[in-house]
Amino acid sequence: MTQLLTSINNDHDALNTYILRMADNGLILGQRLCEWCANAPVLEEETALMNTSLDLFGQARNWLNYAVDRDQRLQDCDAIAMLRDERSYLNLLICEQDNGHFADTMARHYLFDVWHRLTLEELCHSHDETIAAIAAKSVLEVRYHEQRSRNWVLRLGDGTQLSHERMQTAINNIWPYVAEMFDQDQLEMELMAQGIAADQTIIAKQWHDLVAQTLIEATLKTPPESYNQMGGKQGLHTESLGIMLAEMQSLYRAHPGATW
Amino acid sequence: MYAQMVDTGVKSLKHRSEMSADEQAFMARIDNESKIEPQDWMPDAYRKTLVRQISQHAHSEIIGMQPEGNWLTRAPTIKRKLQLAAKIQDECGHGQYLYSAAETLGVGRDQLLDQLHTGKAKYSSIFNYPTLNWADMGAVGWLVDGAAIVNQVVLQRTSYGPYSRAMIRICKEESFHQRQGYEILLTMMQKGTPAQKDMVQDAINRFWWPSLMMFGPNDDASTNSAQSLAWKIKRKSNDELRQMFIDQTVPQLEVLGCTAPDPDLQWNPETGHYDFGEIDWSEFFNVIKGNGPCNKQRLEKKVKAHENGTWVRDAAQAYATKQQAGAATKKEAS
Repeated sequence: MTQLLTSINNDHDALNTYILRMADNGLILGQRLCEWCANAPVLEEETALMNTSLDLFGQARNWLNYAVDRDQRLQDCDAIAMLRDERSYLNLLICEQDNGHFADTMARHYLFDVWHRLTLEELCHSHDETIAAIAAKSVLEVRYHEQRSRNWVLRLGDGTQLSHERMQTAINNIWPYVAEMFDQDQLEMELMAQGIAADQTIIAKQWHDLVAQTLIEATLKTPPESYNQMGGKQGLHTESLGIMLAEMQSLYRAHPGATW
Repeated sequence: MYAQMVDTGVKSLKHRSEMSADEQAFMARIDNESKIEPQDWMPDAYRKTLVRQISQHAHSEIIGMQPEGNWLTRAPTIKRKLQLAAKIQDECGHGQYLYSAAETLGVGRDQLLDQLHTGKAKYSSIFNYPTLNWADMGAVGWLVDGAAIVNQVVLQRTSYGPYSRAMIRICKEESFHQRQGYEILLTMMQKGTPAQKDMVQDAINRFWWPSLMMFGPNDDASTNSAQSLAWKIKRKSNDELRQMFIDQTVPQLEVLGCTAPDPDLQWNPETGHYDFGEIDWSEFFNVIKGNGPCNKQRLEKKVKAHENGTWVRDAAQAYATKQQAGAATKKEAS
């Protein structure tokens, strides 16, 4: 456990940090979607929410397996998922935000999905072959996620007066977590220079164009620029994450060393 | 299947001589094992019985998501979480096919859900028991899905075509769930710590009797069963199915190294079946009446999800109407 945390926190292995950032986005957003189980507005959405969660967990497992292959000190996927506290999680803040109501979930999803799809498309050309392969597999699923969440932004934005207001508020509330997706720290700049990481400057432009177009079509307004919340990729999270991890990890941690 | 005590609305079986010409022709088709299809003539009571049975089955699949959803966020490994999410997703899909099968009998999904939400329609008693440890995810798969399969395999030959075809599809997924459930328990028993083994035995102790109750009351207490058998909606009686389930389950229980909470359970070489103790029918009828440990919470959660989703469904409808109007305007202009 100590060794696991040390290896993640003080690691000079930039590539593994990058891989864990991708993995954690899937784990954390996948976990949030699990919370919807038996609470969705219609049966078809129960299936879709479960399915999306499954995709994200599956992708996370692929990323985690790669991280473990590269660094045996990480033990296995489950140890990485279940034994880290919030300060060692490297997901984007947008992924951990509370589900709220259906518009909050779908607004969060759409803004993340567009980024996720664009990033994975870039990563399909990564010089790291495993990253390219995982991205190529994941992007097929994420294209559907984006299509679906975009449809809900349109339906709720241009549905009834109430749904319009709720979707606009949801977009406004999640907006401060957008800029972090494109914020590249030193680590990502170096990996990008090596042709491994995705270039977020290109992605940011495409993202803003696509999202602006969807919001217009959905009769919604792009929120004005405001203060941006950052830090998830460096392990500095919002308070939502700790409680969610406590639940997710409770059984695994209660039985150290157990086989399930 | 997850339907119990489905009311046929029939007090006693009719003799052929009491039947109309339509009914006689209908019964001749049933006797010849030809499937009844939605457009075919059928007695009203047959139609109503099917709607009750299929919708009760559908509601059970949907409510059945709750006891498993209870552990989804806490699944101990990524693999187990993926399996459980996939299982829950399958169950929701089964609910969807079954509502569609019921729709072929002229009743809409909204109407059926309304009956569930207002407490007029039932779902299987088994889902009114709580899931209290992780081994319950194994026990539900192995015992609950296992009991359902015993019924459903037989129902693949049920007389109503759409129901029979839905069962064929559902059976494939259910048997996968059962094996997965058993594997959860086997892993805990063979590789687990003492605490994990205790969880498995505890789960079996709690789910054993309620699983046996899933087949419904004894045959001699059920006139509905006789009519459903005559119509070949049901193909085997409650007691026959229960015995089949016990006979196939006990050897699996022994492989696990666990016991059933029934001191009277033992092999009877004369009958070639396992004898078992008396089921506590007062508990069964109490749960059916709404007094089980989770009846209130299950229904409240379902109703709340439906009510909380009203504005979303309204928005989707309003958006679709606008899109259709937009498309019509474009068509006129061109």
